[in-house]
Amino acid sequence: MTTVKNKKPLTIMARETIVSYLFLAPALIFFIVFVIIPIGMGAVTSLFNYTPKKFEFIGLGNYTKLFTNEIFLRSLKNTILLVIGVVPLIVLFSLFVSVVIYQKNAFVRSLFRGIFYLPVVTGTVSVTVVWKWIFDPISGVLNYVLMSMGVIDKEIMWLGDKRYALWCIILVLLTTSVGQPIILYIAALGNLDPSHIEAAEIDGANSWQLFRHIKWPGIMPTTLYVVVITTINSFQCFSLIQLLTNGGPNYNTSTIMYLVYETAFRQYKFGYANAMGVVLAIIIGIFSWIQFKCFSNDVSY
Amino acid sequence: MDKKLKKGNPVFNVISMVLLTLVTLVFVFPFYWVVTGSFKTRIDTVTLPPQWWPTSPTMESWVRLFKQPAWAWLFNSIFIAGITMILVCLVSTSAGYVLAKKRFYGRVFLFSMFVAAMALPKQVVLVPLVRQINFMNFHNTLWAAILPAIGWPFGIFLMKQFSETIPTELLEAAKIDGCNEVKTFTSIVIPMVKPGIAALAIFTFISAWNDYFMQLIMLNSRSKLTLQLGLATLQGEFSTDYGVLMAGAAFAAIPIIIIFVIFQKSFTQGITIGAVKG
Repeated sequence: MTTVKNKKPLTIMARETIVSYLFLAPALIFFIVFVIIPIGMGAVTSLFNYTPKKFEFIGLGNYTKLFTNEIFLRSLKNTILLVIGVVPLIVLFSLFVSVVIYQKNAFVRSLFRGIFYLPVVTGTVSVTVVWKWIFDPISGVLNYVLMSMGVIDKEIMWLGDKRYALWCIILVLLTTSVGQPIILYIAALGNLDPSHIEAAEIDGANSWQLFRHIKWPGIMPTTLYVVVITTINSFQCFSLIQLLTNGGPNYNTSTIMYLVYETAFRQYKFGYANAMGVVLAIIIGIFSWIQFKCFSNDVSY
Repeated sequence: MDKKLKKGNPVFNVISMVLLTLVTLVFVFPFYWVVTGSFKTRIDTVTLPPQWWPTSPTMESWVRLFKQPAWAWLFNSIFIAGITMILVCLVSTSAGYVLAKKRFYGRVFLFSMFVAAMALPKQVVLVPLVRQINFMNFHNTLWAAILPAIGWPFGIFLMKQFSETIPTELLEAAKIDGCNEVKTFTSIVIPMVKPGIAALAIFTFISAWNDYFMQLIMLNSRSKLTLQLGLATLQGEFSTDYGVLMAGAAFAAIPIIIIFVIFQKSFTQGITIGAVKG
């Protein structure tokens, strides 16, 4: 490598750079046109009163309006609640399932892996058809079962009651999110060093101690990865909300992801929607930064 | 004593198995309900107590579904997912390879940029993205749902992880043997990352198939809809006709489930490898 003869008067590094960018060109072109430029355009036009009819500079006007808008603040709260609520649930749930099915034989493992991945593959739209019926106050199965068991004595409007609606969304989001974490955890448990586990068993560790002191630290990197990807996925949660509740009742299940869409395509306030997008990006940035900080401390130990 | 410990606490085992089985029902039930529901009469889909099995099976929901342009929706979904899959694989494989194996100016910066972009939801760039597509005259064509998905940071990331496994000596040997860059890529890199490409292909296909949001904002005439979008439209129009909705949901889910079952192994491998060095 060091003695490769150069015909052209280029250093090896310069030559490698040119070659690399040629290989990267297709990815970069798509990335620049459909990600970088839109981010720039979005940030700039968030400073404008921008509708199909108007385009005038208003500085930070959209932003000051956002933080006095009750619907936006409510959506912001829901977004954070959704992410903070669902991510630990996904981690605990998929960890529990993985630890239990890891002890079974290969067939059972792959069967369960498939089952928990099923809602991801089936697709949100198909899944919501059923959940909408499950939650239906009159003809739905949830009220029927709870009432015949005597748990409740009159129908609950699951998706129409602000006390329950967001939790219903979180439940459905959970079922469509644990497939990948379970696959990851099963793989991680398989990668643990069996000699550590045996050594602990010989020392008389019980299964909880084994989990707490050997397995849990061993799968820490996977847990971190799961937290990162499920946070990202929860921040993309849009279709569940649009299809199950349309953000209602009275914006109690609206998230910023949903509100951006509604503001742009139902109310045609483009600049205002872009300002929301910028705020969303900043919030995601803060979440990523916190996770990065926490994890870089954790991984090293 | 030793044996007992290996199998874990028996009480915990029994309780956890029961719990697991109950939970499994929640995951299987929607799929089961959609498939059986599509063969029930319209009334039977909403009777209480629920009809757990179609007692008088009928195709009438499917007949109502095919009064809609459902075959066109199927074609559109296959077209979007297929083309997206091919382009993402091409673009990500070449980008992932150089990010993993070449040392060049801007490498760290570009890689960090792609990683940062993975966290970005499309809602952040919603309006400008639509403008960009309109500007290029792709609005309401299938390409509008395809093009924004191509520069997929996750695909680049995954292929970089796979490319790390190529031994550097192999690439150097090829260079000494006089292989040019393109030859090295096609005859050494691609065969070595084939499992990665397979995993990425199936991964992309499933996400493009289910990418409801992009389709929603980019496509609007009835014949241009996809299965997901068509089904969502039906949910709006026939909100009480669970028969046709179940048939539509089954029609949208079954092709992709078949594909998943066939390729489950390379898919599982792909998900795992992306995480190993994450």
